[in-house]
Amino acid sequence: MEILVLLKQTFDTEAKVTVKDGRILDDDATLVINPYDEYAVEEGLKLREAGGGTVTVVSVGGDRVEEALRRALAMGADEAALIEAPAGADEFTTASLLAAWARGKQFDIVLAGNVSVDTGAGQTALRFAEAMNLPHAAAALKLEVAGNKATVHRDAEGDTEVVEVPLPALITAQQGLNEPRYPSVPGIMKAKRKSIARVGAAELGVDAPARTEVTSVFQAQQNRRNTIIKGSPAEQAKQLTELLRGEAKVI
Amino acid sequence: MARNVLVLAEIRNGALRPVSFECIAAGRTVAEGGTVTAALIGEGAGFADDLIHRGADKVVTVTGDGLESYTPDGWVGALQSVCLELKPDVVFLGHTGIGRDLAPRFAMRNTAGMVSDVTDLKLEGDQILFTRPVYAGKAFVTQIVKQGLIVATIRPNNLAALPVDSVRSGNVSEMAAPALDLRTVIKEIVRNTAGGVDLTSAKIVVSGGRGVKSAEGFKPLRELAVVLGAAVGASRAAADAGYCDYAMQVGQTGKTVTPDLYIACGISGAIQHLAGMSASKVIVAINKDPEAPIFKVADYGIVGDLFEVVPLLTQEFKTLLGR
Ligand SMILES: Cc1cc2nc3c(=O)[nH]c(=O)nc-3n(C[C@H](O)[C@H](O)[C@H](O)COP(=O)(O)OP(=O)(O)OC[C@H]3O[C@@H](n4cnc5c(N)ncnc54)[C@H](O)[C@@H]3O)c2cc1C
Repeated sequence: MEILVLLKQTFDTEAKVTVKDGRILDDDATLVINPYDEYAVEEGLKLREAGGGTVTVVSVGGDRVEEALRRALAMGADEAALIEAPAGADEFTTASLLAAWARGKQFDIVLAGNVSVDTGAGQTALRFAEAMNLPHAAAALKLEVAGNKATVHRDAEGDTEVVEVPLPALITAQQGLNEPRYPSVPGIMKAKRKSIARVGAAELGVDAPARTEVTSVFQAQQNRRNTIIKGSPAEQAKQLTELLRGEAKVI
Repeated sequence: MARNVLVLAEIRNGALRPVSFECIAAGRTVAEGGTVTAALIGEGAGFADDLIHRGADKVVTVTGDGLESYTPDGWVGALQSVCLELKPDVVFLGHTGIGRDLAPRFAMRNTAGMVSDVTDLKLEGDQILFTRPVYAGKAFVTQIVKQGLIVATIRPNNLAALPVDSVRSGNVSEMAAPALDLRTVIKEIVRNTAGGVDLTSAKIVVSGGRGVKSAEGFKPLRELAVVLGAAVGASRAAADAGYCDYAMQVGQTGKTVTPDLYIACGISGAIQHLAGMSASKVIVAINKDPEAPIFKVADYGIVGDLFEVVPLLTQEFKTLLGR
């Protein structure tokens, strides 16, 4: 089975986010595989272990993204490709590049994260499916592949939808799908020797200039009162109700 | 600059979702003399008047084989048919399960720009300036669509809906969607939702975390919620431990809520939880551990045992509200 995983490198979610001069400072931030994409990598490896084939990971981004791809290789992925990101790329650009790269290649299943924890937009994977004319099932909690179809238990606002989708298809991973493995030492050594294919955006012949533009970035206003209410539990409860009505005016 | 706006209206549990009214209000803000049309797919012709009373100029209902329940192929196709007919400049959807699943595909089919999870919007010159959270709500960006069709999903409970105007009238029409190949087939829907107040549109949410310790431990929270007319939410840890349904989970993987009041009981305040509730207007934290990170984002904090504090709070509110 030929398995493709779309992967994005993101901030470590625990990292502090600082906005300076209208941009988010990320030069020193620890970057990781987007957690939801890591579930996708793990699921790809499990599918390969069950049915053979190869797992290819692909990403759009700058040089630093090699680290994330290298980690996916260390987890066990077979091949990796990094497509150069044009300046100002948005989800439309990224999905178009990924699709141009994937076109003509044979994949039975494409896996991706449900959302990325940095922009939280949740667009690229589904746009890719549309561009490739693949059916999709998003937010998978469980995936079973039998013959040329996949059965997916997907999270639909807390309800679980069981859907069937013919392959090739795109499936996005929700938290709960699996527990990603840690790369083993031999895995890390092996990954070091693998090469990552670098693809220039121009080589793909894609003309997909960003449709959107971020015009400003600002830090969330945290004007929280941070009032700690003291006293016995009964006094605390009484004071809180009074504050919620009198001061905060939400009751 | 007059814009024609198309809104995808959604029905859940037999009622229009409040976010659909919020999308119509947003549509009115950006229409500037253009028409706001609400589309209902599969069912719901009986809801057309409600949409018009909330500010829509027109309602179009789309019917066709297999459109009664949501599938990506069916609904993207149906919305596309409406779009080809009406040629809107702007399409708004709720940032709901369906909106999130449908909008990116629909945007791509139209090679359109899309802004996800919008919490605010305004007009600036010739542009619609959208505001949306990034980095789990630690920062915000403003974003525009530079050219072509504008698609946006609107986060529930952030933009005000227009008041009901029951004398407003408008045109209601029907459309038949072309037969489509529905590749993704729904086999079964397991409802985990307990019913009660809809979490994403609730004005008050009472949430419990691992600190509630058992399914039984949610009882005092439910009692408080009843008195306040609130929805009950939960952290991932509470759902994982089986204390409650995943449908109640708030956070990055669960629901995003923006109530006027969020009461977090026995929740530590992990970043993934904050991603789903940090935009709440007022946050109350009740936690035994004075060092719990939830206190950093709280307006009011009580360091104490939730099993002691919550029932007392219920009593106080009963007295205050005369319930
Ligand atoms: C990719 C990813 C996605 C995630 N998505 C989500 C998500 O959507 N939503 C989410 O919530 N989490 C999510 N998580 C998990 C998150 O990281 C935390 O593990 C989780 O939020 C912790 O839940 P908690 O606060 O209930 O539990 P804990 O962190 O264990 O906190 C329990 C708290 O209860 C307090 N407590 C205990 N007993 C009492 C008492 N009697 N009275 C008062 N206080 C008491 C303790 O002091 C403690 O602060 C995600 C994690 C990952 C990796």
